[in-house]
Amino acid sequence: MAHQEIVLAHGSGGTMSRQLVEEIIVREFANPHLEVLHDGATFSVNGTRLAFSTDSYVINPIFFPGGDIGSLAVHGTVNDLAMCGAKPLYLSVGFILEEGLPQADFRRIVRSMRDAAAAAGVALVTGDTKVVDRGKVDKIFISTSGIGAMREGVEIDPRRARPGDRIIVSGTIADHGIAILSVREGLEFETVIASDSAALNGLVDAIFSATRDVRVLRDPTRGGLASALCEIAGSSGQGIQLEETSIPVREDVQAACEMLGLDPLHVANEGKLVAFVPEADAPAVLEAMRAHPLGRDASIIGEVTAEHPGMVFMQTRVGGSRIVDMLAGEQLPRIC
Amino acid sequence: MKYLDEYRRGEIVQRLAAEIARTVTRPWVLMEMCGGQTHSIVKYGIDRLLPEGIELVHGPGCPVCVTALETIDKAHAIARRPDVIFCSFGDMLRVPGSESDLLVLKSRGADIRVVYSPVDALKIARENPDKQVVFFAIGFETTAPANAMAVWQAHKQGIRNFSALVSHVLVPPAISAILESPLNRVQGFLGPGHVCTVVGYREYEPLVERYRVPIVVTGFEPVDLLEGTLMAVRQLEAGRAEVENQYTRVVQRDGNLAAVELVHRIFEPCDRKWRGVGNIPMSGYRLRDEFRLHDAERVFAVEEISAQEPAECIAGLILQGVKKPHDCPAFGKTCTPQHPLGATMVSAEGACAAYYAYGRHHVQAA
Repeated sequence: MAHQEIVLAHGSGGTMSRQLVEEIIVREFANPHLEVLHDGATFSVNGTRLAFSTDSYVINPIFFPGGDIGSLAVHGTVNDLAMCGAKPLYLSVGFILEEGLPQADFRRIVRSMRDAAAAAGVALVTGDTKVVDRGKVDKIFISTSGIGAMREGVEIDPRRARPGDRIIVSGTIADHGIAILSVREGLEFETVIASDSAALNGLVDAIFSATRDVRVLRDPTRGGLASALCEIAGSSGQGIQLEETSIPVREDVQAACEMLGLDPLHVANEGKLVAFVPEADAPAVLEAMRAHPLGRDASIIGEVTAEHPGMVFMQTRVGGSRIVDMLAGEQLPRIC
Repeated sequence: MKYLDEYRRGEIVQRLAAEIARTVTRPWVLMEMCGGQTHSIVKYGIDRLLPEGIELVHGPGCPVCVTALETIDKAHAIARRPDVIFCSFGDMLRVPGSESDLLVLKSRGADIRVVYSPVDALKIARENPDKQVVFFAIGFETTAPANAMAVWQAHKQGIRNFSALVSHVLVPPAISAILESPLNRVQGFLGPGHVCTVVGYREYEPLVERYRVPIVVTGFEPVDLLEGTLMAVRQLEAGRAEVENQYTRVVQRDGNLAAVELVHRIFEPCDRKWRGVGNIPMSGYRLRDEFRLHDAERVFAVEEISAQEPAECIAGLILQGVKKPHDCPAFGKTCTPQHPLGATMVSAEGACAAYYAYGRHHVQAA
């Protein structure tokens, strides 16, 4: 049934999110920067090319294995800028705090942001703080925006994907989504699965040290690797062919997905990227990525093809073939 | 991963597929009973590995899909109440009722929570003594023991604010109903592995004698599904009709006796309406009278709610294996996972949703 109101699935990063953005936001704000539907906008000011991006963080729980809402808010915007091909420089931060939030928690989050920014080599240079009545937000919501300087001669754009391009993922997928699920109320796992939340600008530097000719970069967050690749296939008008056995998934994450009835391809990541590079450059890029701590498990997972334009196909591990689609609504756990 | 990887190995799958091709001398129609099996078949492209002539049709084995529209409407009537915390398995949230779905009710302020176990709902009841906590107890025999346990614990511990909206369904009466339908095409069954883990497969023995159809209790991984198919095809080719157990690493003939005993202490068989199929005699469980204080239908007096299913949805024919999802004019057009017309499009285990998720709408259009 057509929804008259906003439902949670509109925020899932899949087709419903995309519809909301395209049918309301892009239509009303209409401008060429926005229409690219990339992680950030790029433009020139007095001859200098800049990238600009923003993101909001509403995660529950606010502290989780491998990070917290503060580090996540820094990493997310740093990564959005890095995915434009920019070097992230300056960040702003907006806090919306719920009355009653322990000051100790707030201090812990702010320190975590400070450390994350220092590690990523960016500065938090302006901000804003609001406090609202109990129950109006869930403990703390954070919004960050960032500016980065574009590299010379670099053009990251999903429309540049070409048949034959190799698709490289920087490591194991679905860690973040499963880490968050594992600490949510009602799920008790025997092992701790840590979020992969991390700033990817260093890894992007490593990629550019191997080639300047990077076609597409994307960090597959909400909606997972599948949604990111479907978007790229859609924007580029090219097909994508994946090999299931090449996609790295941690064994404990795979086990959690099996139990919960989730597809790792649809589960969120916060410290992974997917790069499209020309076939000739792929070995050098892979080697450079694997030499970086955040790219140790990097793997070539497939290639761009002129066949089945706009669609993502995957060779399954048993030799069958299937289409990989975007996440439709929220990924809901199955009954059995 | 142990117990998984060995059942997904490509070379074994290919070998089994070749063996099936060698065995087959004429076309056969098999039905897999369980939604989890349907999902695996489409996810791994298993139906495409089978020789032409072996047709797999997808049975009414998705509990979310077959939950009657009026039961969904009852759930919505209860969930709307300000004094209720309504707990459900995740994939029930998007199932359309006559007017709405639980996600929309949630966006309008209803307190609806996804739980992974009915015992979690019981915990919520303990923590919220001023609220009525209702668990949507759906499913086949597989989920019945855990649901029975939650009601039993509430009863024993005097947790008065916990109740269950029970809509359990049972597999053997559904197999009978399919085989007795004048439209029936099914010649053999891949039996539901996890249902039989709980109840065993003695109940299936009278069915194979009565209807002369093979039933092979089958698991959920690619190797399981192909091996189950091979066993069923061998029976058909040899003119045999027996219960066989492919899923021996999990299923025993008598099932899990402790679980079965608990289920029978809490539930009793009753007639049940299946969405898209209609009433099937003695095909469900309801709470025994002794547990009426935990029976949400009685607590909230919603027994009288009834509903009409949308005319354009052919979910009933799909659930009986008479039609395939892409035979439906609405499939992938007016009916998608975002805007499902019928429940087979809603749950990931529903035949229509499985076809949609793995791209069959594109393929059919191409």
